[in-house]
Amino acid sequence: MIIAEQKPLGEIAELIEDSKKILLLGCGSCVTVCLTGGEKESEILASALRIIRRLAGRPVEIKTHTVTRQCDPEFIDNLQDMVKDVDTIVSMACGVGPQYLAERYSDKYVIPAMNTRFVGGSKQQGVWEEQCGLCGDCTIHLTGGICPVTRCPKSVLNGPCGGAQNGKCEINKELDCAWHLIYNRLAKQGRLDQLKKVAPPKDWSKSRDGGPRRMTREDI
Amino acid sequence: MKMTISSGSNLEKILKSGRHAVTAELGPPKHSSPDNIIRHTNTLRGYVDAANITDCQSAVVRMSSISAALHIMNNGIEPVIQITCRDRNRIAIQSDLLGAYSLGLKNVLCLSGDHQVFGNHPTAKNVYDIDSIQLIQLTRRMRDEKLFFSGEPIKEHEPKFFIGAVANPFADPFEYQVDRLEKKINAGAEFIQTQCIYDLERFARFMDTCVERGLHERAYILAGVTPLRGPRAAKFMQTCVPGITVPEEIVQRLAKAADPKVEGVIICTEQIKYIKENIKGLSGFHIMAISWEEVVPEIIKGAGICPCP
Repeated sequence: MIIAEQKPLGEIAELIEDSKKILLLGCGSCVTVCLTGGEKESEILASALRIIRRLAGRPVEIKTHTVTRQCDPEFIDNLQDMVKDVDTIVSMACGVGPQYLAERYSDKYVIPAMNTRFVGGSKQQGVWEEQCGLCGDCTIHLTGGICPVTRCPKSVLNGPCGGAQNGKCEINKELDCAWHLIYNRLAKQGRLDQLKKVAPPKDWSKSRDGGPRRMTREDI
Repeated sequence: MKMTISSGSNLEKILKSGRHAVTAELGPPKHSSPDNIIRHTNTLRGYVDAANITDCQSAVVRMSSISAALHIMNNGIEPVIQITCRDRNRIAIQSDLLGAYSLGLKNVLCLSGDHQVFGNHPTAKNVYDIDSIQLIQLTRRMRDEKLFFSGEPIKEHEPKFFIGAVANPFADPFEYQVDRLEKKINAGAEFIQTQCIYDLERFARFMDTCVERGLHERAYILAGVTPLRGPRAAKFMQTCVPGITVPEEIVQRLAKAADPKVEGVIICTEQIKYIKENIKGLSGFHIMAISWEEVVPEIIKGAGICPCP
């Protein structure tokens, strides 16, 4: 899922400095699962912003609502009634949500309340970690199911680099060396021969460098 | 090993003639004057066969390796330019290789590069479009196949570098390091310079495996050594430099020495002599006296590895 976290409260308060009527819109998808932008978090953020503005002597009107997901036009299309009398929409979705809202309600000031961090999963209660770099050309079957593009800070495809020691990465002694993990995993599977082959250079045009990516299903 | 000379590099000629080579390392300055590197070049001239010019080592901004190499070459030492994958994509790297070769530079060492968090611009974006092994392939393809990395032909004047890579016998997992060296040789590396050696027993095990697999006959392996100026430098290397192990006894020996600098030179000289006499499969030494270049001639003379007649 997409992991996003709320911007610092003070920063959001500054962004709505000039707003008088706000629709604060939560998202029921990834950010609900990672406990940062769902219904509950929207209510808490709205209350905090109302208090800040009241204390500053400039009360603000904030309505809250949470949609199934903000990355699908059908779920944001029918918000006209809520949107029509506000001057600002604050989105608590990942970076997709505020873009869709800004396009659909193009006369409104749309503010992202979140910083979109990464695509990952939960590691333990309250901890999420990046697992996928969205490179567009997955080859983790060759690396024991561990993604070197994301989990190696140098995205080395023929690792490990010379900086790994005691299974830890050179940049941070807390961080496991992805290639050490890959080596151990392939050793366990009896597939270490895989590492003797030189992995070819990556086609980054399938990743961020190709401009906005698009997927079309002709059959739908 | 094939005796054809592919690059016209003097280092290649020496190694292919069967003579052991001695190389050193020079770090370009954090300013735009070549005076210091020229001074260091003057110190080393006659003592080394070639000198590596680092590429913003530790991710600290310095004069570019290629420009510094030109100053060094013009002052009488053959340079080995180092190219890392940290700061340039495949377009910039190939462009630099064409430019470097046009200036008369003939040796290149291919590395991943230290991560930017170690340097003076930790908020920089790293590149790592390709990794060090792919960089070896790229350089080799330009030379041998007359192709850009994309497969487009280089119609004329392809750059013909003598291609080097690094090996770190002290990185983990240890069992994989020889495999990785072999992978670099398979990718096209012709000479190998190792990370600084302090743990001689581990290096011996590494080289034994290399010799068993015949890797020393497929590439020239130069043993890397670095003199330590004192116990603090040793401790720093031991704890703060990625991929280097320094046995505690060396730290203690420097701590107890009346003159740690003298002791540092003695230790380095002893290491070279020990390696020369006891470890098989090597084709020379690479002396990395970081910010202490003036001591290199003394080490070379003391260890009896002076390339000068």
